[in-house]
Amino acid sequence: MRPPAFSYFAPRTVEEVVKLLAQHDGEARVIAGGQSLVPLLNLRIIRPAALIDLNRCPELDYIEQRGDWLAFGPMTRQLDAAQSAVVRQLCPLVADALEWTGPVAVRARSTVGGTLAHADRVAELPAVAIALDAVMVIEGAGGQREVSAQEFFLGDLSTVIEPTEFLREVRFPISAPHAFTNFTEVGVRQEGVAVVGLATYIEAATGEVQKIALAAMGVDAAPVRLTSAEEILQQQGINPDSIEAATQAAREQIDPMGDVYTTAAYRKHAVGGLLNRVLHQAARRN
Amino acid sequence: MSSECVRIKLRINGESRTADAEPRMLLVDFIRNKLHLTGTHVGCAHGACGACTVLVDGRPNRSCLMFAVQAQDAEITTVEGLALDDKLSPLQEEFRKHHALQCGFCTPGMLISSQALLAENPNPSDQEIKKALAGNLCRCTGYNNIVCAVSAAANTQR
Repeated sequence: MRPPAFSYFAPRTVEEVVKLLAQHDGEARVIAGGQSLVPLLNLRIIRPAALIDLNRCPELDYIEQRGDWLAFGPMTRQLDAAQSAVVRQLCPLVADALEWTGPVAVRARSTVGGTLAHADRVAELPAVAIALDAVMVIEGAGGQREVSAQEFFLGDLSTVIEPTEFLREVRFPISAPHAFTNFTEVGVRQEGVAVVGLATYIEAATGEVQKIALAAMGVDAAPVRLTSAEEILQQQGINPDSIEAATQAAREQIDPMGDVYTTAAYRKHAVGGLLNRVLHQAARRN
Repeated sequence: MSSECVRIKLRINGESRTADAEPRMLLVDFIRNKLHLTGTHVGCAHGACGACTVLVDGRPNRSCLMFAVQAQDAEITTVEGLALDDKLSPLQEEFRKHHALQCGFCTPGMLISSQALLAENPNPSDQEIKKALAGNLCRCTGYNNIVCAVSAAANTQR
């Protein structure tokens, strides 16, 4: 199938983007890499009156260190971020997750901001944003506002971005130098759609856990922190007993849905399995 | 700009071309129906199969997930751009030798993705080849001969 007709705008500056969004009063969609949006258009699942294309705004493509944060322009291509030495060094969990975001032809076009704003329940970067408490900068005619990742995601394909606003920047906190990070997922095929996934960030020394963040995707309408597992590991450190307890706690905490890909029971099982494997990796490293 | 036709100018396989298209026209339809280069195939038209993969400014892109208007001033390479005059490129030659195709529908995408891989990594492992081609579906070959062909092409090029 082919998309319905729409008006097309290719602004050159953020100022023009904001003006166009205000003019269309919620009837326009912003397009970034389009790797999720164009399928929705081709299948006529969405029919926006206008598309505002961010691909001609060079000021939206950057990776910058700012104090304890790494700031990404929303139009940073996922492949560029994945290959960036700065991202690998300062935000390894972001780099880990970008290994899973699809085949190279998709990642060459898809963007860091696009996947966050699209907020698919089985997208990888939203889980990383939830794990690391990323900050989203949203801009509209009223100016900029900052929103924590926890507040940003409302559910599957739903965020707090208003129809006359767009995602202007995302900031991830810079990792501690020796932090253990891992992103892993179970999918229907290599480089295919994920069923569940897990983002892990651990700061630990001599068996003691200073900081731990576990975020699962595909188990609810938005990524969830596995808080009961985090608490167990924070209190008991990472050892075979605490790993078993955390695995059980994670399975008990989540209440996933079944869909065409798999059952709710499998998702529960798989999240526990991923967590168990990753924690054993972390334990071996410490 | 509105939903009216837009004049699109780009370079494709080294040649400058101009044609008009509505903003909703997909790049793949522009290439096939406006520029009459029908080597690039449309499989699923929603980014699942990879048959329509072309190089846009040197990188593989799914041409069903881009609008032609977004390729304004871009440098595109399609499967027609691989052969040198009437002589198959080394990669194409190895596809032929290794029976890396049967029905041929996925082949333009397979060739372009492989070409992109070899440009970046002249000596890929089988695992790297499989990863680079994971976004291209083939229903005939079982992939094995495709991986062999790409590997052989890498050896020939060295």
